[in-house]
Amino acid sequence: MTQSHRASSRFNVSLEQRAWSIRRKALLMGEVQGQGYIGQALGIADVLAAAYFHALDYRADDPKWEGRDRFLLSVGHYAIALYAALMEAGILPEEELATYGMDDSRLPMSGMASYTPGMEITGGSLGQGLGIAIGMALGLRRKRSKAFVYNLMSDGELGEGSTWEAAMVAAHHRLGNLICLVDFNNQQADGKSTQMLSAEPVEAKWRAFGWHCQRVDGNDLDAVVGAFDTARAVAEPVPRVIIFDTRMCKGVPFLERREIAHFVRVEADEWVKALSALEEGRPA
Amino acid sequence: MTEASRARKHEPRKAPVTAGGKGPTTSAMIASLTAEGYETIHAPFGHALVELARRDERIVGLTADLGKYTDLHVFAEAMPGRFYQMGMAEAVLMSAAAGLAREGFMPFATTYAVFAARRAYDFIAMAIAEENLPVRIVCALPGLTTGYGPSHQATEDLAIFRGLPNLTIVDPCDAVDIAQMVPAIAAHDGPVYCRLLRGRVPVVLTRHKPDYRFELGRAQMIRDGRDVLVIATGLMTMRALDAAVKLAQDGIGVAVLHVPTIKPLDRATILEEAGKCGRLVVTAENHTVVGGLGEAVATTLLTAGVTPAFRMIGLPDAFLEAGALPTLHDMYGISTDRVAAQIRAWL
Ligand SMILES: Cc1ncc(C[n+]2csc(CCOP(=O)(O)OP(=O)(O)O)c2C)c(N)n1
Ligand SMILES: [Mg+2]
Repeated sequence: MTQSHRASSRFNVSLEQRAWSIRRKALLMGEVQGQGYIGQALGIADVLAAAYFHALDYRADDPKWEGRDRFLLSVGHYAIALYAALMEAGILPEEELATYGMDDSRLPMSGMASYTPGMEITGGSLGQGLGIAIGMALGLRRKRSKAFVYNLMSDGELGEGSTWEAAMVAAHHRLGNLICLVDFNNQQADGKSTQMLSAEPVEAKWRAFGWHCQRVDGNDLDAVVGAFDTARAVAEPVPRVIIFDTRMCKGVPFLERREIAHFVRVEADEWVKALSALEEGRPA
Repeated sequence: MTEASRARKHEPRKAPVTAGGKGPTTSAMIASLTAEGYETIHAPFGHALVELARRDERIVGLTADLGKYTDLHVFAEAMPGRFYQMGMAEAVLMSAAAGLAREGFMPFATTYAVFAARRAYDFIAMAIAEENLPVRIVCALPGLTTGYGPSHQATEDLAIFRGLPNLTIVDPCDAVDIAQMVPAIAAHDGPVYCRLLRGRVPVVLTRHKPDYRFELGRAQMIRDGRDVLVIATGLMTMRALDAAVKLAQDGIGVAVLHVPTIKPLDRATILEEAGKCGRLVVTAENHTVVGGLGEAVATTLLTAGVTPAFRMIGLPDAFLEAGALPTLHDMYGISTDRVAAQIRAWL
């Protein structure tokens, strides 16, 4: 049986278990390289679990299926997290996690469309995903498709002017098929986002730009699922954004307590420790 | 990228036999340059800027969320009141630097080379270059100095910026160049774009030529040789020097002319050296062969009627792969071994 069949037949797996498995796979990839954006991956795992196992419509064995909801990874450096979700969803074979970041791997450290099935765009030059999502949403509307376009972006990307150009355009064109997901982990490269360039009050900004906006705890699965449901059900044809407040390194307590940085240092011997710490929190 | 190579990349991969990446096979953003045998200095740009700023009140520093990654954090920590964090907003970084310059300050603005060259280009062109304002744009990850993939590989920044009037362009080779370039560009009254090597940066030039000193606008012979003249810039001067040492063991004499200032180009020195008859002339740059040093030198030679045998070493006209930096430098012909091999094959 193929990986995709296996994954899609496991309907009795809870979202909590999905999120846990995404975290575990991300840690296994981090261990391969001895590095990776693991803090971000652990933080966003609940959102990805809700996306891939509750909200999105896709076919694991046909990642280019025309009717799929599009999921754009604007934050290319979060690739380690999306690879884990794509493996959990059966779109990528789990065995490949051992190639993460290696020469000739399909899983480069920054997400790129030409390398990886299920990776819709080449992200990494930050502030580009939302604009591309607008074009796809316009295109899908022209094609009378029911599909949604999701764009996962970061709080750091709120600094880019292109984000706010896109925010205006999406509202102007009444893109009700566009759902923007913002990971508000209060971190960017040089330090805490709120101290580098504060985007607050962030909900008021999106609302003023004409968006339906929600802000929830991105590590509370019920709240995350509820926000996805609400976003999809908004009656008015306006673009929707969900701000997820997330905690970097979530699920591995000793890393959560560490001084958090954009690139969380994990020593060579700590990957195994992190995996066993995660194991302790394994959902029943 | 062609459709064929896209399809190839999408085929499943087997796990490598030696998983457990303690080796260098990583497409990480921050990778160290292989510079075997050279001593290194930490953050030469940051320290030189602090030293200069102690003497010159007008100096201010700005970054777009990359202070830690462009060595500007050294300045930010030493002079917090003169440092401006703009957030990840490269366009306003450049506009604001222009505004500070208008008010008489001497801004040093840092980001990665890709984001200056690609995202912020129009802001640099109109707010800074057209007005000939003294803004110094200092950018890490020039050319192929990260294995992270095209989003961070500034393989065409020189081509982009060479077309911009008024702009001086510097591609330093090592920590010596970087430390000495800081006061030199501050003394220059106009906009400057500098490529930056950051973190632990090797000391190369004074090893090969103890009395070497950086001079803005000047190309300098670092070593002489009778068979080949390599005209090199930036990181590739180091590669050329290392290759020259190797080739000397086989009795091949390789001269290396270091051209840290790409624009304005030191045409006189290039013509003088390239005109010495009989030598194969090779350009070497950490940049696409389109629109960089190689084409600038070729134009210089042809228009002056100097026509030696001529070859170019540089990156191909393509979006490059992600991977470990040493692998990529070998793959694209800019490692020391590949430089030496190419020169040998051309003789
Ligand atoms: C346009 C652009 N500018 C700068 C960078 C360099 N960079 C990579 S990640 C990053 C931080 C961005 O903030 P965020 O995504 O919130 O960071 P994280 O939460 O992952 O720490 C920066 C500045 C980039 N990739 N793209
Ligand atoms: Mg962030």
